[in-house]
Amino acid sequence: MSTTTQAPLEQVVLGALASVAPEADLAALDRNVPLREQLDLDSMDFLNFVIAVHRALGVDVPERDYAKLATLESCVEYLAGLPRTKPA
Amino acid sequence: MPSLGADMDAGTLVEWHVAAGDAVKRGDIVAVVETDKGLVDIEIWESGVVDALLVAPGSKVPVGTLLATTRTDGARAQAAQPPVLPPPPRPPLRPMASPAAKQLARERGVDLAAVHGTGPHGAITRADVEHVTPSPAPPPEKAEARRERVEEVETPREPRPAVLDATAMRRAIAASMARSKREIPHYYLSADIDLSRSTAWLEAENARRPVEERLLLAALLLKATALAARAVPEVNGFFVDGVFRPSSAVHLGVAVSLRQGGLVAPAIHDVDARTVVEVQASLRDLVGRVRTGRLRSSEMSDPTLTVTNLGEQGVAAVFGVIYPPQVALVGLGKPLERPWASGGMLGVRPVVTATISADHRVSDGHRGALFLAALDGWMQKPEAL
Repeated sequence: MSTTTQAPLEQVVLGALASVAPEADLAALDRNVPLREQLDLDSMDFLNFVIAVHRALGVDVPERDYAKLATLESCVEYLAGLPRTKPA
Repeated sequence: MPSLGADMDAGTLVEWHVAAGDAVKRGDIVAVVETDKGLVDIEIWESGVVDALLVAPGSKVPVGTLLATTRTDGARAQAAQPPVLPPPPRPPLRPMASPAAKQLARERGVDLAAVHGTGPHGAITRADVEHVTPSPAPPPEKAEARRERVEEVETPREPRPAVLDATAMRRAIAASMARSKREIPHYYLSADIDLSRSTAWLEAENARRPVEERLLLAALLLKATALAARAVPEVNGFFVDGVFRPSSAVHLGVAVSLRQGGLVAPAIHDVDARTVVEVQASLRDLVGRVRTGRLRSSEMSDPTLTVTNLGEQGVAAVFGVIYPPQVALVGLGKPLERPWASGGMLGVRPVVTATISADHRVSDGHRGALFLAALDGWMQKPEAL
């Protein structure tokens, strides 16, 4: 997957994170450190994050795949491989 | 100014969403108030027509201050906000003003409700009205002057960020918790609850639910807590003036930590009467609004029992401090896989440690134990929640 197709996905993920953690400095996010740890997300915040991604992309992430959304890097990689109903 | 929690004694009116003459119905958001815990949307309790706004944006006023009056039948003005705490001395329903002030106000299109009175008993003088519109507006510009005045009232002064005053919040929490420890003889109980049935049921449910309808264990625990509180009413209600007043409704305060520090515990109403799906939706909505700093007045004022869940941080068990005037606090730790002996066999099961801190003036350990047993019982039959 090339960078040009993944950049919009990353913007979607960052937008979803901004909606659940409005006070966070997302520019300082480490791509490879778990999001829940970096942003202090609880399980409800994480669900709201998954829902925000779902609304933006039309993807349905099953609960058993939540672990694949652990970091920014893994989110983009995982979402790029999912069928979706809306463009990023 | 409604009391938005037992630890609040004053609030700042940030903006009005209504103006005199507007029709309002019960539940409408009429104003925004800033408290130590952030911005709160103020709902109105009675339908009617706004008669007068008595507090100007930017003013900090004590709890119990009349903010506005409404008319319900076109004739009688009444307090728009029934005070939650003991009623304060009522200011006059209409601002008092001297005849000269009234005439000047009419000429200049000034709303007397927005004028700060400096005369006897806060009466508005001619000088007060002049102070509002310092440049005398000649008659042809009267309409324009009125427009300016309206804009001044309706436009928020400047966009106010939902920044919390961490020191003020810490002070409010300290005052409330110190009062609790001073006045409430706490006792503490804990019980380990086997979650294998609940988590298996959730997993199966969530596998067939679209993402927006998925349930969290927290929703099951809240519903089970509410049903247990209905079974043991001594943990649900308020201790006021030396008397316990049990509550027939179960409004669960849900303690939500703020990442900036501090916490709020807004209520989800009638949790015992709602479905798990409804509780989940309310909880999700509530956490989202806590994060963006917009809670509603009815959520802040009346939880009958508070639940604190520190499991997210990996804590095994939490023994909380009761929020006065409530009489109990339920604590939930982190669900963990633990060795569990049952029927002569040792297995590994998901387990949560549930605790209750309760008020010895109202109940004793036996009733508290029955509460935890009831909570356990409900978590063993999640399909019935």
